[in-house]
Amino acid sequence: MRQPRRRRLAVVLFVIGGSTATLSLALLALQENVDLFYEPARVTNGEAPVGVDIRAGGMVVEGSVAHDPEGLGVAFSITDHGGHEFKVRYVGLLPDLFKEGKGIMVRGQLTADGLFNASEVLAKHDENYVPREFHDMVEDAGLAGSAQALSTEPG
Amino acid sequence: MGWIKTTFHKTGSPRWFFTGSRPWVIGLYVFGALLIVIGSTWGLGFVPAERLQGNSVRILFIHAPAAHLAEAIYVAIAIAGFVFLVWRMKMADMLIQAAAPIGFVVTVVALATGIIWGIPTWGTGWVWDARTVSTLLLAFLFFGLVALRQAIERPDRASRAVALLALVGVVNIPIIKYSVEWFTTLHQPPSIEIGKKPAIAAVFLWPLAVNVLGFYCFVAGVVIAALRARIVEREAGAKWLRDWTVKS
Repeated sequence: MRQPRRRRLAVVLFVIGGSTATLSLALLALQENVDLFYEPARVTNGEAPVGVDIRAGGMVVEGSVAHDPEGLGVAFSITDHGGHEFKVRYVGLLPDLFKEGKGIMVRGQLTADGLFNASEVLAKHDENYVPREFHDMVEDAGLAGSAQALSTEPG
Repeated sequence: MGWIKTTFHKTGSPRWFFTGSRPWVIGLYVFGALLIVIGSTWGLGFVPAERLQGNSVRILFIHAPAAHLAEAIYVAIAIAGFVFLVWRMKMADMLIQAAAPIGFVVTVVALATGIIWGIPTWGTGWVWDARTVSTLLLAFLFFGLVALRQAIERPDRASRAVALLALVGVVNIPIIKYSVEWFTTLHQPPSIEIGKKPAIAAVFLWPLAVNVLGFYCFVAGVVIAALRARIVEREAGAKWLRDWTVKS
């Protein structure tokens, strides 16, 4: 390679290295600081602030979902399957992925008596895509943990 | 290793590229469009509903190919930026110029379909998580490549600045890719990974594969056509181009 090209190559490599390093450090710093998320244990033991917008999440307790007879209001409990549980109250449309026993995230405020007033309920999808009929078929056959079993045997 | 150097020099020649690339454009357009029609009809009309997402799963057949392609276009642009900065190859600069607006459109398609999917399934169209923000940044980068070139008056300086931005922006690509693994995101982790059994049932996988290939081929055709237009623009006075125009 001729001299000017070699010099340009060096400059270019330096720029790539520099920007990668800068970004890595920024991301590392972010990872340590972003902590707005409260697990059920931290909600119940009083670590989560009252009356401030926070995010919390966990699994929806099976059988806990109670829709109001009128309107869009709904109440349910969130657990970490480790003995920590808190009640959530929400008025609005629930996402399609909201299911008992599934993981969800709520945003809202905690009241002094431990009730979580959610302004937003978000459900996370996992990487598994399973057709509905197939899922029902397996469920009808009475196989436990069908979704999980299916995800390892797609098609 | 001689052929690498030959190919490199040939690709660097606007004349060689221009005179030989027309059949490619037509071929890629036809083949890509055919695959997209097949994959989309299959995915939108014939695939069963997903167990949790229901019919919203059909958006996947547009969203995933667009998102994947947007990243691939950026990587191609970044490589071109590198080549231009080191070897000052004109064709690399023209490729950035041709591909940037196309990359922007494809990224917007990925973002828009993601929002449409998110509203019913997540419960919100937008979250500020690592995957969505880094993809939004990708759209800004594509836009920036176009805007920066227009902001600098001298073409040679503009080319160099754009190439540098293209190169530096490539650090965003691994962030998009691994954001769902490094951070807690609402966006799900990948369903298809090299060396792993796909977590997506075959009924969804096939139309998706067809559409991914279709998107790649069709957009490759669009990029080559745009690149040809840039060549005509820059080489307007060249004798070979005049000869070619007369001949065909």
